[in-house]
Amino acid sequence: MFNYILRRLLYAFPLLFGVNVLTFILFFIVNSPDDMARMHLGQKHVTEQAIDNWKQQRGYHLPLLINSEAEGVDSIKKTIFYQKSLRLFVFDFGNSDNGRNIGEDIQQRMWPSLAIALPSLMLGLILNISVALMMVLFRQSYLELSSIVICIVIMSISSLFYIIGGQFLVGKLLMLVPISGYDTGFNAVKFLLLPVLIAVVAGVGSGARWYRSLFLEEIEQDYVRTARAKGLTETQVLFKHVLKNAMIPILTGVVVILPLLFMGSLITESFFSIPGLGSYTIDAINSQDFAIVRAMVFLGSVLYIIGLILTDISYTLVDPRVRLN
Amino acid sequence: MLLGFKLRYFFLSCLLLVACSEQPLNNPYPQVENNEQAILYSSFSERPRHLDPAKSYSSNEFAFIGQIYEPPFQYHFLKRPYQLEPLTAKKMPEIHYYDDKGVRLSNKAAAKDIAYSDYIIQLKSNIYFQPHPALAKNPQGDYLYHQLSTPELAQLKTLQSFKQTGTRELIAADYVHQVKRLVHPQISSPIAELMKQTIVGLADYAETIKGQPRSALTKNEILGVKVLDKYSYSIRIKGKYPQFIFWLAMPFFAPMPWEADVFYSQQGLIEKNITLDWHPLGTGAYMLEENNPNLQMVMLKNPNYHDDFYPTEGEAGDKEKGLLKDAGKQLPFIDKAIYRLEKESIPYWTKFLQGYYDASGIASDSFDQAIQFTGDGELSLTDNMQQKGIQLQTAVMSSIFYMGFNMLDSTVGGKTEQARKLRLAIALAIDYEEYISIFMNGRGVAAQGAIPPGIFGYQPNEKGINPYLYTWQYGAAQRKPLEVAQQLMQDAGYAEGIDQQTGKALILYLDTAASGPDDRARLNWYRKQFSKLGIQLVIRATDYNRFQQKMQKGNAQIFMWGWNADYPDPENFFFLLYGPNAKAITGGENAGNYQNSEFDQLFNQMSNMPNNQQRQKIIQRMQAIIRHDSPWIFGLHPKSFSLYHQWYQNLKPNLMANNKLKYLRINAAEREQARQQWNQAIWWPVIALLIVLVLLIYPAVRSFQHKAKKTIS
Repeated sequence: MFNYILRRLLYAFPLLFGVNVLTFILFFIVNSPDDMARMHLGQKHVTEQAIDNWKQQRGYHLPLLINSEAEGVDSIKKTIFYQKSLRLFVFDFGNSDNGRNIGEDIQQRMWPSLAIALPSLMLGLILNISVALMMVLFRQSYLELSSIVICIVIMSISSLFYIIGGQFLVGKLLMLVPISGYDTGFNAVKFLLLPVLIAVVAGVGSGARWYRSLFLEEIEQDYVRTARAKGLTETQVLFKHVLKNAMIPILTGVVVILPLLFMGSLITESFFSIPGLGSYTIDAINSQDFAIVRAMVFLGSVLYIIGLILTDISYTLVDPRVRLN
Repeated sequence: MLLGFKLRYFFLSCLLLVACSEQPLNNPYPQVENNEQAILYSSFSERPRHLDPAKSYSSNEFAFIGQIYEPPFQYHFLKRPYQLEPLTAKKMPEIHYYDDKGVRLSNKAAAKDIAYSDYIIQLKSNIYFQPHPALAKNPQGDYLYHQLSTPELAQLKTLQSFKQTGTRELIAADYVHQVKRLVHPQISSPIAELMKQTIVGLADYAETIKGQPRSALTKNEILGVKVLDKYSYSIRIKGKYPQFIFWLAMPFFAPMPWEADVFYSQQGLIEKNITLDWHPLGTGAYMLEENNPNLQMVMLKNPNYHDDFYPTEGEAGDKEKGLLKDAGKQLPFIDKAIYRLEKESIPYWTKFLQGYYDASGIASDSFDQAIQFTGDGELSLTDNMQQKGIQLQTAVMSSIFYMGFNMLDSTVGGKTEQARKLRLAIALAIDYEEYISIFMNGRGVAAQGAIPPGIFGYQPNEKGINPYLYTWQYGAAQRKPLEVAQQLMQDAGYAEGIDQQTGKALILYLDTAASGPDDRARLNWYRKQFSKLGIQLVIRATDYNRFQQKMQKGNAQIFMWGWNADYPDPENFFFLLYGPNAKAITGGENAGNYQNSEFDQLFNQMSNMPNNQQRQKIIQRMQAIIRHDSPWIFGLHPKSFSLYHQWYQNLKPNLMANNKLKYLRINAAEREQARQQWNQAIWWPVIALLIVLVLLIYPAVRSFQHKAKKTIS
């Protein structure tokens, strides 16, 4: 298993290099260093000299990928790509174009993102599985039919509607929680209730239907018939046998997204004014801060690769028949 | 059973806690913040990029640093037209003029004879900086935190981690130090290039300081900026530039102690994001206690704030409005100001209505909720707003949004009568009154010239209308009928939009940075306005950076742009049309590359004059020239609509002052009462929903239980 993980980690390097090059090219196709300087210097009294100074200070005066004026290794080293990207591989994100330390910012902002994402994931998982089990338990009854209809209705509505509707209903009309905002420590709870509730409700349609199909697949298996023949009740069959065997796809599906929870949710954080990494990325894109965009894309890729490796490992844990080699 | 009892007990306790809580459930603030101090609650939607007074140049940044940093002069809070008065200075500056041989000239000397102007500024004594670790000293008089060791740095997380703070008196050298900072390459001040051309010796100083750390700023001196004694300094500028006084009222010229640069230059602090750009150090009425722009920014009353008093006089009507109730009282009134991050307008608006923000603008989505039109077309607050005691304040901004013609263009530009008539016809066809009504809910005023209301030289009513486009009827400016524009088109050789020489339809190109989905309706509207004259308008929408590049190269034909006043002087608007500032030629701010020798000559004359009758005459002549030549379609001056709760007092629109917070007053008890009244939680829908769920599930559960108990018969 160790060899497998090592091999997967080594594969990650060319992958991350590719992601980096792609991000770099895409970013600089849209924005030139001059554009970035103009964006940062504001709209008034921006002279060519001021733009040159800004670029010089931040190393954007160099050529993008290849420095034709330099010789030998310097033609690669004296470029924006080399100067800005190499340190990422040791997780040194450097400073944003505004001069702030990106690593510090990420450490500070990942907690609010996690504070929404983790409870949303856990509660969502519990609710989705419970609803799915209920649908299977009461299959072919009016409860299953109405649940499917409700699930499809929930799936069909945009997540933005849930956010605005939730804020309007719970925050404005019923006045049960603050409509938006965030705070530190225990005070954060009252701000998290609504976004978590919305995330859970908005996700229940697709989640419950997906788990229901997993359970229905299992419930037709021979071992279930055997369990019933042994005289087990329907609830015992469902909770002790079907749920256990359906956990393999459920767990692997969850593990792959676990690391990405750090990255936050772009829309939810923006609407609820939650200072997480999702809004950090959006702000960086809007302000053309290449240093932050590059760091966040790199971090996202690393976390995704970690997620995939963890998924593979979790396969071996939940299903002993699977071997990593 | 026991578990069930415990759960029930837990839920009952929670319900009791909620029921007994004094605070409304939707209160976004901690209990401790309420009712104890006069706290202002406001918000920001975008985090300020810079809080360094040398870098900051946008209104959302000035909202913070204007309260913290004190330039020598400020705008009078109540008087109109806007007037400067001393802030940290003892009096207004003494201005001495010199010729190119260094001989002092009289104050009445002609501008052309003046080679240099000296501004001599005397400061008040006993002004102290806010408590700050950069100024902390040990008993021996050495700075405690200027050379932190690696283990010491390791223990620090934020600026609040420093155990000791210090202060010292404000001296003239602090102002001189700030002028030096404007040209340090690491700081990248937006006005560096402008000031290099203005202040004597600053360009040379910039060369000297190149490549040196900030700590070296104290080692070299600027030829034209001198400390005269502990409390006075002088700035020498090139020629005569009366508008320089306005720059001295901006945060760019606020004092900065050298200690701040030494303290914040430590690499260990920079790595922890403890920088001057993030943690200001000033003498103002407030100091930044918490800077977490991802969440909130908190300003506290500066305990070292000097004597400063509410104005005892204002303009006519201020007393009747209650704006002089606090006359002569010590400032500031508010103890703490909390600015929360609010990115979306809907939650912000809702919180304002719930009493959790003290003031609000009006987004388009909320306009109908807040404003109604009375029978005679006047605007007023809706009944709902009036019941809550909300007050409305409107003010025409010192800004202009215009449509410009590139005067270098062969079709719409140039000095020919044909091109001029074409420009005038277009100006007449674009109905800005309609635009303001459709797209701005009436929040704007159609512009009659380059100068907005409130700026010296602006003329209201009949005298101030653009006679080429408007007539004065029924006590208001009326746009001339479209037939006049069509006649102008015919005179220009483009009858019904057909070029008489080529026989082809006239196609014009509009360059704009407005490319979002929300802009589509506006751009379609512009197309329709042009089509009234038979002109086909092609929109070339792009992002703002590309747009600027196009303008720089003079590649645009027609464009839309705007300008917000730096200071209340007509020079700050007319310079956008001054020939030597042509963007495509010299890189200046004259984006349309307009050239008119008479206008340029009058501009030079007007710029150096005090506000008097003669200046007014020249301004009117300049307005007449540009109305005739029509290098711009003057567009509109936006109007700000602001709503305030009744507990928020001493409010008067002041579009120039950055340090308004110290004059404002909050009645915290009244606010608390209103919040309690307006925010009673409603529980019954939640209970009803739970009952419905139970009623839905119960029959199924019963049926399942019945099925499970059934035996094979």
